[in-house]
Amino acid sequence: MGSLDTSDRSAFGDVGPVPARAGVGLKPAHYDAILGSRPDLGFFEVHAENYMGAGGPPHRYLTAIRECYPLSVHGVGLSIGGTGPLDTAHLDRLAAVVDRYQPGLVSEHLAWSSHGGVFFNDLLPLPLNQATLDTVAEHVDQVQERLKRQILIENPSTYVEFASTTLSEVEFLETLARRTGCGLLLDVNNVHVSCTNHGGDAAATIDAFPIEHVGEIHLAGHAIDTDDDGRPLLIDAHDRRIIDPVWVLYGRALDRTGPVPTLIEWDNDVPDWPTLHGEALLAEAWLRRSADNREALHAAAG
Amino acid sequence: MPPPADLQPAFAAALLGAEAPIPEAIAARYANPPLRRFNVYRNTIVVSLVEAMADAYPAVFRLVGDAFFRATARLFVIEHPPASPVLLGYGAGFADFLQNFPPAAGLPYLADVARLEWAWLAAYHAADAEPLDIAALGGRDDAALDGATFDLHPSLGLVASAHPIVTIFAANRRDEPVGAIDLSVAEDALVVRPEAEVVVRHLPAGGHAFIEALREGRTLGEAAEAGLTAASGFDLAANLSGLFTAGAVTAINTPSPE
Repeated sequence: MGSLDTSDRSAFGDVGPVPARAGVGLKPAHYDAILGSRPDLGFFEVHAENYMGAGGPPHRYLTAIRECYPLSVHGVGLSIGGTGPLDTAHLDRLAAVVDRYQPGLVSEHLAWSSHGGVFFNDLLPLPLNQATLDTVAEHVDQVQERLKRQILIENPSTYVEFASTTLSEVEFLETLARRTGCGLLLDVNNVHVSCTNHGGDAAATIDAFPIEHVGEIHLAGHAIDTDDDGRPLLIDAHDRRIIDPVWVLYGRALDRTGPVPTLIEWDNDVPDWPTLHGEALLAEAWLRRSADNREALHAAAG
Repeated sequence: MPPPADLQPAFAAALLGAEAPIPEAIAARYANPPLRRFNVYRNTIVVSLVEAMADAYPAVFRLVGDAFFRATARLFVIEHPPASPVLLGYGAGFADFLQNFPPAAGLPYLADVARLEWAWLAAYHAADAEPLDIAALGGRDDAALDGATFDLHPSLGLVASAHPIVTIFAANRRDEPVGAIDLSVAEDALVVRPEAEVVVRHLPAGGHAFIEALREGRTLGEAAEAGLTAASGFDLAANLSGLFTAGAVTAINTPSPE
C-alpha cells in the first residue's frame, strides 16, 4: 500500500510530541486548507472513531497531516464510565489507530455512551461514588494496559446530577489519576458549563483541580438554554466561539499549570479555516502570557 | 442507594423512549422532574444521529427536502439506533427503511438512490488497493483468459435499479439546478474507489450480472455467459474495458497449466 504502510513505526519520527501550544480539532472541511497553507500550529486532534474505517481519503489526509504536525487522539466511544465490561473489540480498534498514527496524547471521557448493544453517540453522566470509581479505575487500567501508554481522562459537561453521588468531580478525578496513573484532560468550558448547570463555583473548581495530572486543556463554545425552573442550562454544543468568561477561567488554569497543550474544539456549524485558526491564535496569546508570567516570577525570585 | 448497575438500563430506556420516566436516581435529586435537563441527552442523541444521516445521504436529503428528511431520519434513528461507536458504518439500513416508508411512496426511486449513496460511502471508507491496468490483459491466450478469475477492488459496490439512479444521484450530489430526467429509464450502477475519488458509473446492458458473477469468483467465460443471459445485447469487450478503466480490477488469476 506504499504511502499508507503502517508498519514503519518511525514514519512520523521527525515530528515531536504534542507541545505546550494551541491546536485545533481536525475537520474534513479543512483538510485542503491545512495541507495547502501549512499553518503554524501546535498540533491537531482527531476523534479516534472517525479514523476507524479500513481505508480511503480520511486516512490519506490524516497521514499527510501527521507527517507535518504532532497529533492528539481523542476517543468518544469507549464508554469508560459504563458499568458493564469494556468493548474489547472497540479497544482493539483504538489501539490500531494509536499504533498507526503514534499520537503524542491519547484521551477519553469520564462518561458512558453504550448500553445493551446500543451506542448513544453522547457522553452520558454517571453518579460519582466509590462503586463507580472502582469500575472506572478498572477500565482505565485495562485501556492503559492494552495501549501500553498513559491516557488522559476528561471532565465532561453534565446536565443532571444523581442522588447517589457522594464524591465531587475533582475528588473523583484526583483519586482516579492517583490510582491508575492516568493523566487528566481539563476541559475548561465543561467546568464552566457543569458549574453553571449545577450551581457550582467554576473558579473554585479550577483552583481545586488536581493540576499536577493535567496533560491537556480543551476550550469550546456552548449554547444557552434554561432548565425546568427557568435557570440557565448551558449545553456543550461546540458550535461557536469561546466566550470571555471561559477565556478568563483558562487564564486562571494556566496560572496554576503553566503552558499546557490547548485544544480548540469546534465540531458543529464548523467555521471556515481562518476563523478556527483565529481561535487557536487567541489561545496561543494566553499561552505566551502564561509563559511570560512564569519567567517574570522566576526572575523576581532571583 | 441502588447499586450503580441499576442506573444505566433505566437511563438507556429513557433516552430513546420519550414516554419512559426519568431514572429515579436522577429524579430523586430534584424537587420537580428535571425534564428539560434530561431532554438535553435525548435531544443530542437524535439530533447528532440525524445530522450523521444527512451527511451520509445528501442526494436523498435534496430530493425530499430538509423537513421531510429530518422527520424521516428521526424515525429511522429511534427505530435503528447504532450498535457500534464507529458511526462511519451507521445508516446502512436507511434504503430498506425508505422502501417500506409509505410517506415516501411517491418517489419510487428514492430507496435505490439511498442504496447508491450507501455504496458510495462504503467505497469511500473501504480498504485501499492498487487497481490493475487493462494492459495486464495483453499477452494471454484466449483459453487462459476464458478460465481466469478476477480479484475485484475491495471498494466495489453494485446497485441494480429499475429507475435512472445514476442520473438522479449525479444531479443531486451538487448544488446546480436539476434538469429534466426521463424517469422511465432503468440504470444499474458500479461504485468503486480505485484511488482517492469514488467513481460512480452507469453500467451497460448485462454489466451488473457480469460483474456480480466475477465477484462470486466465477471465471471470465462464465461471467460473460451470465451477462449474455441477462441482456442479449451484452458486449463483453465494452464491459471488460469499462471495468478496468473504472479501476475495479486488482488481480487476474489464470489457471495454471496442468
